[in-house]
Amino acid sequence: MKLPPVEYEAPTTVAEAIDLLAEYSDEASVLAGGQSLIPLLALRLARPAVLIDINGIAELSGVSAMDGWVTIGATTREYVAEESETVAEALPLLAAALPLIGHEAIRSRGTIGGSLAHADPAAELPTVARALDADFVVRGPSGERVVPAAEWFEGYLTTSRDPDELLTEVRFPTARPGTGTSFREVARRHGDFAIVGLAASLTLSEGAISDARLAFAGMSDVPFRAADAEDLLVGEKPSAELFEEAARRATSDIDPPADLHGSSDYRKKIAATLVRRGLREAAHNASDAHNASDAHNANERQ
Amino acid sequence: MADITLMVNGAIRTGSPEARKTLADFLREDLNLTGTHLGCEHGVCGACTVIVDGRPVRSCLMLAVQAAGSEVTTIEGLAPDGGLGTLQQAMWDSHSFQCGFCTPGMVMQATAFLSNHPDADEQQIREALSGNICRCTGYQSIVDGVLLAAERNRER
Repeated sequence: MKLPPVEYEAPTTVAEAIDLLAEYSDEASVLAGGQSLIPLLALRLARPAVLIDINGIAELSGVSAMDGWVTIGATTREYVAEESETVAEALPLLAAALPLIGHEAIRSRGTIGGSLAHADPAAELPTVARALDADFVVRGPSGERVVPAAEWFEGYLTTSRDPDELLTEVRFPTARPGTGTSFREVARRHGDFAIVGLAASLTLSEGAISDARLAFAGMSDVPFRAADAEDLLVGEKPSAELFEEAARRATSDIDPPADLHGSSDYRKKIAATLVRRGLREAAHNASDAHNASDAHNANERQ
Repeated sequence: MADITLMVNGAIRTGSPEARKTLADFLREDLNLTGTHLGCEHGVCGACTVIVDGRPVRSCLMLAVQAAGSEVTTIEGLAPDGGLGTLQQAMWDSHSFQCGFCTPGMVMQATAFLSNHPDADEQQIREALSGNICRCTGYQSIVDGVLLAAERNRER
């Protein structure tokens, strides 16, 4: 369908955008890449009085790395992050998830901040942000605040951003040495929303798991962290038996939604399989990363 | 209403679209470039794909006012002299059409993809086209056409 009539503002600075948000508050929708918002308008699922288009705000776009964090501006296009060497080197989990977002043409326009502010629980980026404990930086009339991922996602398409606040950037902690990751999803077709998705990250030190992250897409109304399974993994050596038990724990206490694409039980079965496969791949990548850094150290010593 | 100026198929074009008008409707209704097709109008089918600043874009998911200052290529701009480009000829030779409705979007998506991935194999092409739906389900011959174009491009 055609879009309903709507007013349009295109601020060129964050300050201007915040003034506009203060003026219109929940009458306004922030337009970033538009790959979720424009369909919502077309389907009349969203009826904002005004669109505040932030694509013209230059300061909101870009990828930079500093002091163990990678900062990604809210309007950074998904394809730009996908092609970023900084992301490939410092955030392997994000790098693995990016090519699975929608289709090539969607990633041309879709933005990192847009997907995270839209907060679809079946989407890739919210799952990665939750797994890595990313920090969300929002600015409003009373200044800037930083919201941890655990407090950002409140429910289906709902975040803790106030209507007069703008998400300006997201900060991801750089993967530590010895970290291996895996992003997997089961979807009907390549590019579709995941029926279930899994972000997995393991850090190995001296052969044992020192840090474990497991987050699901499509299993709840928010990206879901499998904390019990993570606790089980830390301190142990990777093994098939361990990963089997992690898969059981990760899926024992969760009641995923049922829909056209799969029943609740089906989602649980897929989720357990993804945990086993994701942990195996992450552990494999982690020992590769470990060996590579050993080889690197050996070369340095020679 | 906002006055916008953009480059479409190499020519400078201006217009005053309503904010809610998508780039797809602006191309079709205001510029009379009806080669860009509209299927679902909410970003699922890929029929409206055009190239904006070198990237494939769903023109139904972009407002016309957002294209101000951009360079847009539509199906009409691929072979302006009325002939066929390499990809179009290869798709013709491979019978890559049934009803033809999805064709402009397929051609624009494949054009953008091949320009960045001249050595693409069949799997990569299938993945690149996965966001474009052909309701006649003639995918095999579409993939054949794009593969043939990639081959011919490499031979030149």
